[in-house]
Amino acid sequence: MLPNQLTPENFAKYPPQARQFATTQIALLRRLPLTFLPLLLRELIVYDWKFPAESNELVRQVRYLGSLADGPFQSAMSSFAQLKLTSQLEQTDWVNHPAIFSEQLSAHLWATHQIDTFTKTAVDYMSKATAFAPDPPLVTHRFGMAVIGQGVAKNEGYRLFRKLRPHGTYYTHVTRANVAVLLNAARSRLSSYPVPYGHWYIDGGASLDSTGLASVSYSALAAPRAAIQARMQKTYEAPVFDPEAFRTMLAQMKPEEAGLSGGGDNVLTRFQFSLLTEGSGTQVFSTTFVQWAAREALRRAQPLTLITRYSPRQREKQMNELLAERQHAPDLDPQGSLIDADMGAYYTWLNQQRLSGDDKSAFLAWFEDHGEAVAISPKLDRGKTSDAPIDLATIIEKIA
Amino acid sequence: MRHVDIPGRTPHAISQSRRNFLRTVTGAGTAAALFGPASLHAFAAPKNRKAVVVTFGGGARDDETFAPDGQENIPHLLHDLIPQATFYSNVVNKGILGHYVATASIVTGVYETFNNFAAVSPNNPTVFEYFRKDLKRAATDAWVVAPSNGFARIGESGHSLYGPGFGAGVILPKRLLSAALSSQSDGARYQHLLRDNYETPLYAPTLAGRQIELDQMAGILKLSVDDFVAHASNLVSPDELSVYIAKQLMRQLSPSLLWITLHDIDIAHSGTFSLYLDGIKRSDRLCAELWQTIQGDPEYANRTTMFILPDFGRDSDIDSGGNGFQHHRTGDAVSRTTWMMVLGPDVKHNVVVDRPIQSVDLIPTLGAYFGFDARLSSGKPVAEVA
Repeated sequence: MLPNQLTPENFAKYPPQARQFATTQIALLRRLPLTFLPLLLRELIVYDWKFPAESNELVRQVRYLGSLADGPFQSAMSSFAQLKLTSQLEQTDWVNHPAIFSEQLSAHLWATHQIDTFTKTAVDYMSKATAFAPDPPLVTHRFGMAVIGQGVAKNEGYRLFRKLRPHGTYYTHVTRANVAVLLNAARSRLSSYPVPYGHWYIDGGASLDSTGLASVSYSALAAPRAAIQARMQKTYEAPVFDPEAFRTMLAQMKPEEAGLSGGGDNVLTRFQFSLLTEGSGTQVFSTTFVQWAAREALRRAQPLTLITRYSPRQREKQMNELLAERQHAPDLDPQGSLIDADMGAYYTWLNQQRLSGDDKSAFLAWFEDHGEAVAISPKLDRGKTSDAPIDLATIIEKIA
Repeated sequence: MRHVDIPGRTPHAISQSRRNFLRTVTGAGTAAALFGPASLHAFAAPKNRKAVVVTFGGGARDDETFAPDGQENIPHLLHDLIPQATFYSNVVNKGILGHYVATASIVTGVYETFNNFAAVSPNNPTVFEYFRKDLKRAATDAWVVAPSNGFARIGESGHSLYGPGFGAGVILPKRLLSAALSSQSDGARYQHLLRDNYETPLYAPTLAGRQIELDQMAGILKLSVDDFVAHASNLVSPDELSVYIAKQLMRQLSPSLLWITLHDIDIAHSGTFSLYLDGIKRSDRLCAELWQTIQGDPEYANRTTMFILPDFGRDSDIDSGGNGFQHHRTGDAVSRTTWMMVLGPDVKHNVVVDRPIQSVDLIPTLGAYFGFDARLSSGKPVAEVA
């Protein structure tokens, strides 16, 4: 089927809000080329479980496209339309399975050397859509906090915060530091700026008291992880392993199949499920889980406040053993986890800087139960080291 | 999401960064100072030449290798090998960035376009087929040691003019060990050598190739199953197992063309930065070990050129489409731009070549080195070492 053949009935299997959105916009959807439309539908089909920021993003794109007269519209879509597809791709059920279509499209673009053109085209399109309706001013600046190194008695020679230090002030003698100080800062910002899904806490172990915050915990997801691990292991151990079917299996898995059923916050539940089915390594390594969860939270929910706390991950083993984590207490690797988390903190800062308000945003990374921290803010010097004793709360007061 | 305002990376900038760093660390000069136009000719190709190719994989970035923060991970490359090497700082891979298809592209000198996860042979003749057919070399003179089942067909192509009968023998050490352990009671002691990285489980098509099976190992490598298993117990990773097998091949058969694909680094797909660094450090050490082995073996010393190159890089930190070191999916400059190090008796020492070359240039270079014609390759011989 081609886009110009779309009818409202094609969206019958979509969730209610997504179906309504698609039906309302069907005239526009019919005009879009097949190299573009399924990518938009991949976002639209999960409209019912989107965070406010990403719903707004989808609406912005549709408004942008709808605002274009015929000429500019053709111009905006021409580069997408010129990409060559196969008839096999055209015959895919891209309306109901846009994510699978996207995977196949990606493989096709790589194989036919069109991936660079596609990437450039997509970046150009997104920058024009963003320029059409710039992000509104933030109610306050963004503030990210990363806690790394839980369980490490002594850092064995790894130069911590090496990538963050050039962008802020590095403190070598932080006192009166604990996670509660950071959580209090997050709650204070929540109280002052009660934006839905605006304040997050992601923990690689068991979650501390996080009332009011959008909270994600690796330990709390132990049961769904075990269910997904079991499914992965079964596929992995099949006599004939089909790697593409493996990805499809994960993409088609439903939250209730992993024990993540409705009740409570459906949007957050779906988000957590996606971390385990779309991330690589998130099912078995807590450090990877935290880094990926922070990336996705920033990309999708665009929070004002984000705390990430890393805990030790299990040691590297053969995949079968990693996936069998539920059957025995895992052997932990605190020192390796410290290095993972150090890089994870840097990536979280980078991802925060990709959002609006980057010129005012602040970031703090602290080595848990130790005196090292780095703070980044327009109010602080860049590339400076401070050896003077300072409370963690005092650093936060300066930049929060 | 927007791009962060950190200086971007173009292939030229990446190359300049590597060269400046090497000059600082090793005092390396540029090729322009040593190679005038008259010097750009092929050396004679004596019959007893040998070549060892090592793919430094799968996929390592400058940030963790040749950039200032990365140097602590590659002490052997920097201090032991580069002073003896000609170093190409700007090697571009314009193909598909999947490990099997990219390695196949390097092996054929043509950007192959097959499905990375399929159990297929390369479409174009491999270096092993050119080498064996043109030079009339025996089957025992060309070997591949590869990390996983996915590479079983890397030894010979499906090309009608070459293909079956002209390829290299393929050894998949993990498969051998796995078979050997099936009769052992303490297999658990060896699980670390059989591990696959996060993406490799997605990369284990049904075996179909000319790979050596366990019952052939004793005859070919002069290595009993018990000795193999006993030695493996002292190793820490699949790449160590591969290098052990490669050394055994060198000792027993002295092949003239030996291709070793390292892969520990690809643990990066699991998102664990420390394990990725461990893989780089191990690859660095193993490359130095291989060069020492070459120098200490009369069959190889003073007649062997070793080529070390990553199959490709990994995504940059600043491309919002990726997740940094974890994958190689964006096709950005950092993931496409790598390096190549060449060591050997005819190779100038401590020289950096900035001129862009491509990963498909390796096979025509080997052709010029050995004296065969890689006629279907789209690459060109690299003059300084061809």
